[in-house]
Amino acid sequence: MAILEVQGVTKRYGGLTAVNNVSFLVEQGEILSIIGPNGAGKSTLFKLISSFVPPSSGQVIYNGKIITGLAPHEIARLGVVRTFQETTIFKEMTALQNVVVAHQLRCKASSLGIYFATPTARADEARFRESATEILDYLGLGTVKNVQARNLPHGHLRALGVAVALATEPKVLLLDEPFAGMNVDETDAAVRMVRGIRERGVTIVLVEHDMSAVMRISDRILALNFGVKIAEGTPAEIRQNDSVIEAYLGRTDEELGH
Amino acid sequence: MDSAQTAIEAGAITLRQKLGFAAFVSTLFIAMPIIFGRSPYFITVLTNAAVLSFVSLGVWITFSIGRMNLAQGAFALVGGYTTAILATRCAVSFWISLPLSGFASAILGALIGWPVLRLRGVYFAMITLSLTEAIRLLALNGGDVTKGATGIVNIPRPGAISIFGLTVIPAFAGADPLPYYYLACTLLVLGLFGVWRLSTSRLGWVFRSLRQNEELAASIGINVAKYRVMAFAACCFMGGIGGAFFAAFHQNIYPASYTVADSVNFLLYCFLGGLSYIFGPVVGAFLLVISFELLQAAQQYQALIYGVLMIACMLWLPNGILSLDLRPLLRRKE
Repeated sequence: MAILEVQGVTKRYGGLTAVNNVSFLVEQGEILSIIGPNGAGKSTLFKLISSFVPPSSGQVIYNGKIITGLAPHEIARLGVVRTFQETTIFKEMTALQNVVVAHQLRCKASSLGIYFATPTARADEARFRESATEILDYLGLGTVKNVQARNLPHGHLRALGVAVALATEPKVLLLDEPFAGMNVDETDAAVRMVRGIRERGVTIVLVEHDMSAVMRISDRILALNFGVKIAEGTPAEIRQNDSVIEAYLGRTDEELGH
Repeated sequence: MDSAQTAIEAGAITLRQKLGFAAFVSTLFIAMPIIFGRSPYFITVLTNAAVLSFVSLGVWITFSIGRMNLAQGAFALVGGYTTAILATRCAVSFWISLPLSGFASAILGALIGWPVLRLRGVYFAMITLSLTEAIRLLALNGGDVTKGATGIVNIPRPGAISIFGLTVIPAFAGADPLPYYYLACTLLVLGLFGVWRLSTSRLGWVFRSLRQNEELAASIGINVAKYRVMAFAACCFMGGIGGAFFAAFHQNIYPASYTVADSVNFLLYCFLGGLSYIFGPVVGAFLLVISFELLQAAQQYQALIYGVLMIACMLWLPNGILSLDLRPLLRRKE
């Protein structure tokens, strides 16, 4: 069953149509990659799904419920959580504090309860701390959990961004360029990490430039060009798809990960 | 720095912090009245500094969500008028109108804050600055309710509180400012404790997450708008309480009691003391209020010297006076 259904979403910025009538399904438990050249509308599509920008038309359905028009935090609470390009984290907190704060939506205590440190609030706190430590250990950040985030190296920051998203216990995780700026070894580690997250039962949609990583990791791939969906299929199908090669890559097969 | 931060994070207080706070409280309640008790002038200056610190603590909360709030004067005015009107028209006791004034300001703050807090940076600062001016004009043109430019005068002094015939707090009478001073210090200590709880609880962490990145906060399910309004309302509450106190202290309130300059001052106290310290606004307010009074002797150069001192502080101590590291000095002495 499709966990996420994107139905004919369009986003216009003035005269520019960034995303044009794009529809697709995301199946429970799969890794779906969205590829396309710069300006193809990939990131806009992400923002539309996570409701950071409202679509001009069309809608997004999650578990049979229309989520278009909800606030971003409400969508996160339902289980659709995005990460950001580059290193968007809370820089003036330690790695552990970042992940603890990201548990806020699982908070059982009320704001007043938190203020007066009721038993519920303290139980929350202990639970969050434990879960945050577990997530950091899982992503290999256990040794740096008390380091201020702004002092962490690039690779760790990327993983921390994912740790923050995982803390919300997402059902669908939207990863925005998780492999950008990584060398081969780092990419291999990140690919293993994404697969591991999927094994935890999280459905993954990712936007990515790194073709070889995309080809390795994806169950299915969606190709965009000028805001229009030009192809959808398995990595093998996408590799052979004429319109993808012509319109999007227009180059040798090598870049497609052969 | 790092160890201090982990201590704060765990909500635990170090022994040094406890001792420091105890020293601060006993200085306020015991040492100051003994030293300056006979000088109503000094007691009045200290009273002003204490309540201005309290009001600035509110502004400090809005800094923690990443907003530069220039509206605190407006909410002090709202609190002041609430107490003035309740006391002169409905004969409500000061002890009831004091919290009511806080709530009136908080509710108004929440209503105005909801749309306005979408703005960030200089836009938010500009609109809150206009708000201070707007509330002043509202008071000026409030007709019979606010009595316009004449203001509301002869506000009764706080009465006695008795429980079962036992007088807990005697009525504030005569020209002695000491009872007001004790009240001001009580407010300040309660305010400090309240803000400390807020800042060290997970609410404080949520507030700081908003300051650092609102989009990321929304993406992890934090209701950004709700927490912004919560922080702003808490700030306005403190503004309202401060305004109510001064209305009873001066026994009058005018539209010009709080102007844009006051809103700017509340902000300056926070800056000068240091934005990353809860004690920042307190240090800033006491230092500026007292130094301004001491400069009275310099007559016409008062504002000039004051200005130069301010600029010097901002230049050499951009993170506030509390960021001054005195440890190397102490070590050399040992």
